Amino acid sequence: MAGNAWRSTILKLLERYGAWITGQRKPEEVSRVMGAVKSQTQPRTFSRGMQTVTIIPGDGIGPEISSAVIKIFEAAKVPIQWEERNVTAIKGPGGKWMIPPEAKESMDKSKIGLKGPLKTPIAAGHPSMNLLLRKTFDLYANVRPCVSIEGYKTPYTDVDLVTIRENTEGEYSGIEHVIVDGVVQSIKLITEDASRRIAEYAFEYARNNQRASVTAVHKANIMRMSDGLFLRKCREVAENFKDVKFTEMYLDTVCLNMVQDPTKFDVLVMPNLYGDILSDLCAGLIGGLGVTPSGNIGANGVAIFESVHGTAPDIAGKDMANPTALLLSAVMMLRHMGLHGHAKKIETACFDTIRDKKVLTKDLGGNSKCSEFTAEICRRVQDME
Amino acid sequence: MATSRALLSLSRSLQPGWGGRLGSAVKVSGAAASSRRDKSTHTGQIIPPPARYGGRHTVTLIPGDGIGPELLNHVRELFRFSCVPVDFEVVNVNSSLTNEDDINNAITAIRRNGVALKGNIETNHTLPPSHKSRNNLLRTGLDLYANVMHCQSLPGVQTRHKNIDIIIIRENTEGEYSSLEHESVPGVVESLKIITRNNSLRIADYAFRLAREKGRRRVTAVHKANIMKLADGLFLQCCKEVASGYPDITFDSMIVDNTTMQLVSKPHQFDVMVMPNLYGNVVSNVCAGLVGGPGLVPGANLGSDYAVFETATRNTGKSIAGRNIANPTAMLLASCLMLDHLKLHAYASMIRSSIFTTMNETQLHTADIGGQGTTSEVVQSIMRNIQSGGPLTTEL
Repeated sequence: MAGNAWRSTILKLLERYGAWITGQRKPEEVSRVMGAVKSQTQPRTFSRGMQTVTIIPGDGIGPEISSAVIKIFEAAKVPIQWEERNVTAIKGPGGKWMIPPEAKESMDKSKIGLKGPLKTPIAAGHPSMNLLLRKTFDLYANVRPCVSIEGYKTPYTDVDLVTIRENTEGEYSGIEHVIVDGVVQSIKLITEDASRRIAEYAFEYARNNQRASVTAVHKANIMRMSDGLFLRKCREVAENFKDVKFTEMYLDTVCLNMVQDPTKFDVLVMPNLYGDILSDLCAGLIGGLGVTPSGNIGANGVAIFESVHGTAPDIAGKDMANPTALLLSAVMMLRHMGLHGHAKKIETACFDTIRDKKVLTKDLGGNSKCSEFTAEICRRVQDME
Repeated sequence: MATSRALLSLSRSLQPGWGGRLGSAVKVSGAAASSRRDKSTHTGQIIPPPARYGGRHTVTLIPGDGIGPELLNHVRELFRFSCVPVDFEVVNVNSSLTNEDDINNAITAIRRNGVALKGNIETNHTLPPSHKSRNNLLRTGLDLYANVMHCQSLPGVQTRHKNIDIIIIRENTEGEYSSLEHESVPGVVESLKIITRNNSLRIADYAFRLAREKGRRRVTAVHKANIMKLADGLFLQCCKEVASGYPDITFDSMIVDNTTMQLVSKPHQFDVMVMPNLYGNVVSNVCAGLVGGPGLVPGANLGSDYAVFETATRNTGKSIAGRNIANPTAMLLASCLMLDHLKLHAYASMIRSSIFTTMNETQLHTADIGGQGTTSEVVQSIMRNIQSGGPLTTEL
């Protein structure tokens, strides 16, 4: 067969058998998108050496911590140009709520986003913004690396694990019915495709970040079919990644052991609800949501990194906020983009500042301002040049 | 006249608890079967089954898999040594068989005796999904709606957090463990989580009654009603309704992910916690980990008619089975809970204080709490403590 006909036949066959690599995606692009790559591959949006990143400051303390991060990045001379966007929901044609088209366009072009905390509207009539973003960009994986911060003491030291949570289905499908008065059913949806996708991402991440093992967390003794399917897919994907060790553990055993000895765990992959609980548990081990980074990986190469704490309206505008969570998420973003040198510099500066304990914000135990904390990190970064 | 007198005598004889002859007839007729057992104390604790043969109670014993059989053997050894008036009826459940005869026999035995002590039964994943978890079948078959776990820091055990004292009450029959699953389209599986008003009210009521009985000040409901608005929303609403009837006890609620975060950083803010099935699993395992591990905490599965006691975290412990390194504390404390339930309080407190005395000696700690002792050493030490305590025992 002629070259093009051969290629299109193969692609059609792949699509028919449900492979999620569609259209023009080449294998090299796929593996680059999957987690940070050690080699010096050139990032995608490459114009005059600067990459564009969409930044969504958010509400409450969002604008303050976003400007703190931008300042630190400037001091570190990171080749990024920021595009600031707002994602307050608007009603699109047809009555469906959606994010503003400028925001969507910017994200689609730059593919990388950094997001501050968003206010959850109570009676605004539209669903939460996080949910909208997730649906718009099909953010299927939520990655939360939890590393103990030296200088911020918690009863748990030496925590170094990553939780990878399936973010689109599972218990949070939102399908609920009142069957009869007084009996409610909530449906937990597990699909083959989503389970395979998240398992593949988890193993790619482990491989690209030199992690030794991946543990699937499940409750297949009780939820035989649903978690059984999830587990089967994980096992199948593990066959293709023989260099990474694969284990499976019950959710209750993981919780039990996590609280006694978190060093036993490396990369954890799990469905939505367990992921929600476990990722917050791990955040609690290292000191809370104020110091935990988080990233959301979507289909089509989109990745949005965010801080997972709340908007803290009581300290908004008072220069008291702690930008650590957003900063560490931004560092995660740099690694994803391949800018490892800058990532290491900023991360070291941040950790050194916290370890020194001289300039700390209130939630970390000090009484400095946000601007002072930011200035200290900028100073350290510049000293490292 | 005659008819009214006849009616009077008929009504008197049909009243539950009256007249030994008709008592058994009342028990046989299904509708009135629960009436005798409804004569409960104000906490809903059931009246224990009558001690039949010569003042000795009969309790069903289900060894289970893994470390279950060896630990329950130690319990029997200890009871024999301390002359506890309890006889065990052993019912074996083979986890690899696909038919449900074994577990149905066990359920019948527990219905007969009213009380059971069990080890965990393993669930074999290679069998098809229609093979349900045996432990789950037991709990739903006997309607053991409340799982109560009292997490207390034991003196002598090193943990990161000290002086924890939390009671966890977990709904034990419905929620995510309904085992209702189907594959609607190939590759798409749906699992149903059922929350009912009746069960939620029942468990909330149990929680508040227990809190009042134990003199606790606060009950916290754990939920995820911001996402599962109808299901957990119903649970939360039922808890609030029941809370309004107990003005002396403070009621608040917390979302489950925040709860786990708070438990690992500030566990002392919690007093009594009530929650649906799956969150109960997570929270009870986190709390067990906080106080020192799965080998230290006993658990009770209570229904309106039956009670089954086991370790709180329900581990099979396959990797440590048969090696004499398992920690017997949880199972022994569970047997003390059972003795309390049978109103044999003197024996219960005697065994419990011996266990705590042994716990204080670090060289007798088993591997899971950082020591190098063996199971038999721990049990021997407990028996020695009981003997030195005074009451009549058999030979050591």
